[in-house]
Amino acid sequence: MTVLGNLALWVAFLVGIWGALTGFAGGLLGRADLQQSARHAVFAMCAALVTAVFALEWALFHHDFNVEYVAAYTSRNLPIFYTWSALYAGQKGSLLFWASVLSLFGSLALTFTSRRHAPLLPYVAGVVCAVAAFFVTVMLFAANPFARLAFTPLDGNGLNPQLQNPGMVFHPPMLYLGYISITIPYAFAMAALLSRRLDTDWLVAIRKWTLVSWLFLSIGLLLGMWWAYVELGWGGYWAWDPVENAALLPWLTMTAFLHSVMIQEKRGMLKKWNLALVIGSWLLSVMGTFITRSGVISSVHSFTQSPVGYYFLVFLVVAAAASFTLYARRLPLLDAEARLESMVSREASFLFNNLLFVGIAFSVLWGTLFPILSELVQGTKVTVGPPFFNQVNIPLGLALLALTGIGPLIAWRRASLPNLRRQFAVPVTTGGFVGLILLLGGMRDGWALMAIALAGFVAATVAQEFARGAHARHRQYGEPYALALARLVGRNRRRYGGYIVHTGILILFIAFAGMAFKTETQVTLRPGERATIRSPYGWTYRLTHLGISQYDALNRQVTAATLEVERDGKRLGVLTTEKRQHVDGLGRPTFQPSTEVGIRSDLREDLYVVLGGVVNGTEQAVFRFTINPLVWWVWYGGVVLVVGGLVVMWPGGGSPAVKRVQAGYVVRLVGEQ
Amino acid sequence: MLDCTRREFFGLLGGLASAALYRPLPPSAAQDSLPGTGPSGRLFDPARAGRPLPPVTARDNDAAIQVIEKQLKCTCGCNQDVYTCRTTDFSCTTSPAMHQRVLQLADRGQDAQEIIDQFVRENGVQILMAPPKRGFNLAGYFLPTVLILVAAAVLVMALRRWARAAAARPAAPAAPAALDATAAELERLRRELDSLPG
Repeated sequence: MTVLGNLALWVAFLVGIWGALTGFAGGLLGRADLQQSARHAVFAMCAALVTAVFALEWALFHHDFNVEYVAAYTSRNLPIFYTWSALYAGQKGSLLFWASVLSLFGSLALTFTSRRHAPLLPYVAGVVCAVAAFFVTVMLFAANPFARLAFTPLDGNGLNPQLQNPGMVFHPPMLYLGYISITIPYAFAMAALLSRRLDTDWLVAIRKWTLVSWLFLSIGLLLGMWWAYVELGWGGYWAWDPVENAALLPWLTMTAFLHSVMIQEKRGMLKKWNLALVIGSWLLSVMGTFITRSGVISSVHSFTQSPVGYYFLVFLVVAAAASFTLYARRLPLLDAEARLESMVSREASFLFNNLLFVGIAFSVLWGTLFPILSELVQGTKVTVGPPFFNQVNIPLGLALLALTGIGPLIAWRRASLPNLRRQFAVPVTTGGFVGLILLLGGMRDGWALMAIALAGFVAATVAQEFARGAHARHRQYGEPYALALARLVGRNRRRYGGYIVHTGILILFIAFAGMAFKTETQVTLRPGERATIRSPYGWTYRLTHLGISQYDALNRQVTAATLEVERDGKRLGVLTTEKRQHVDGLGRPTFQPSTEVGIRSDLREDLYVVLGGVVNGTEQAVFRFTINPLVWWVWYGGVVLVVGGLVVMWPGGGSPAVKRVQAGYVVRLVGEQ
Repeated sequence: MLDCTRREFFGLLGGLASAALYRPLPPSAAQDSLPGTGPSGRLFDPARAGRPLPPVTARDNDAAIQVIEKQLKCTCGCNQDVYTCRTTDFSCTTSPAMHQRVLQLADRGQDAQEIIDQFVRENGVQILMAPPKRGFNLAGYFLPTVLILVAAAVLVMALRRWARAAAARPAAPAAPAALDATAAELERLRRELDSLPG
């Protein structure tokens, strides 16, 4: 099977180069035969790479430990669930996964894009082939997943215990899907530049793809946060690790794009800016891979480091130079069709929103790269950790949250003073009221107070938008309010789906604010002994150490400590936290013992218990107890955000003509027959 | 002669055999003591539970010590601060040693800043979780904010200029009557657009 895998990679490599050449040449020369050949090359590349994936999975499931990748990331006793995910547990497999998904996305884009955009498609095929061919090149010449060992070990090394978590099965592919799918909007952007078709049409072709990328990136980031929280055991979900930052960067710029693209669609403005955002997002996704893979910046994701990062650096530099050179040459064709008419308009608020998104992206990138810059300038590599990022980004994040509420309240083109007064009255009052209540309730953390008060303001904005829309339908059509609300969302999915996303964001901000009140303590307990900890809400937890048991399970030896939990004298149940020593099929330890956290979650706070270890080999155990307020809302807010994204991108909703009839008017637009 | 039935004889034989074969379990495998009634038993295999740990002392939870340790980076390569590492990665021996050093310096009467300065003298500025606010590091802290403020100022000026230009432009001629709508319908449209949010 490795022969088949290698062969498939070589076929993909050659076909990819052919597809890139014929795609660009076919587009520039207008030759239909070359264009058709490029299209077929994408499909052939996809088939070859899927074959390579099949060959690697075959080797993984058949424990072919002569294959270096299989020996490095699996063992005979690794559960099937994780054997499958070993495909992207390591560098080489991730590259194969990336290239194959990219060629699949490319095939889908070529198949399902409307014929209206046909002039762009040869270039799209060319870009997809070129990018995928780069990944295949890295595999063939630096990180071949089918490389064999000189001997065959009896068993493999097994999968890193931290990766043996359901979150880790879904988090990397989701993030990769987000990264990879950005290539399609980028390919269309390059196609628009190359073909000089720089009207708003190419944006229509990529609308769904940008939403798909954004949604995958969002899900990937959220699953990564969840994995870090339940698996790493430090009691938080975001540490401003360089690899986390690398994933956040394209998410920020894509979110900026999703806002600014509305201005181009409605007013024909910001063409240059939108193109730059798409190109920048894609370059940031490649840069994320470089940071993840190179180890140039120390990170908790050190299990992925290798010299292939420098291939990405060269690719990044070449791609950036080519993209921005082309962009600069086309600038004269990118003039706006309209001008902004007022400082106080929806367009202006979107510009400030974009400024903040890009500003935050810059500050995150700046902080991530600052250790390297510092070494270059000062000769000293400084550490840039959470204190730095929090100090710089919390104010910017709160400003962005405020704009999340302000933007929807301002009218397009120009807002009048009475209109502003009418729009802002309820949200501002609500935000102020929430802030006052918190202040009177004794909250003294300024940032947390501001975050929750602003979240109140945004919540009131969203509620007001839904209420007014539903009321208008109720009044006009006599629909019951529930039906009016459902139809309001169903027929204006982009707008109201966006508001649902805003709701998810405000919930996330409230949850982030909760971490300001985190408390933690370490204790040593013998069986039967109790520890008492006080929650920020004022109640008292009592945890009784019931004892420790040791047993074997699947591919690990478990040491489990059980605690009984009471809150203000009322029994809540038992919590178990574990130390796991993973072993291979021969019973040999494979990694350092890892920790499994015990978490008791409710809407208000999480009780987070970690078994540190034992004293003198007895059941006397060291525990860390952490109380994390409002963490559950991170996951809930994430779900709301994803649901909002799905509403926005859900197909259907009727043609514009149908919408006009549904709205109660039949209006013929100028030029419409 | 033993005066017993066959069943009683085999029962007695079984009992004697059990007594002869009986070996008390070693203390390490004995049943745990009941909760709260005495010292706990030894684990079957302590190595499975990771590195042996000392009991936690009150000073390990000292809030002032925590504040100091959250500003110092553990040098084991974990990328975390000393407090987080020593309370998360219990296999690490570096962060407990750094913790002991912090306690030692505190015992000598040094305050938080003096302890941090001592660590910087011993290990360089990379021991800090965030660079000190001086020299080139100031660019690290303030450049993003300064750039955003400058960009915002430029944006405000551009918006003002565009708004002035828009106001100075003559009003666009009325669009040709291309709407198949009656005056009443247009009036209704205007009223309802006015009542719509946003």
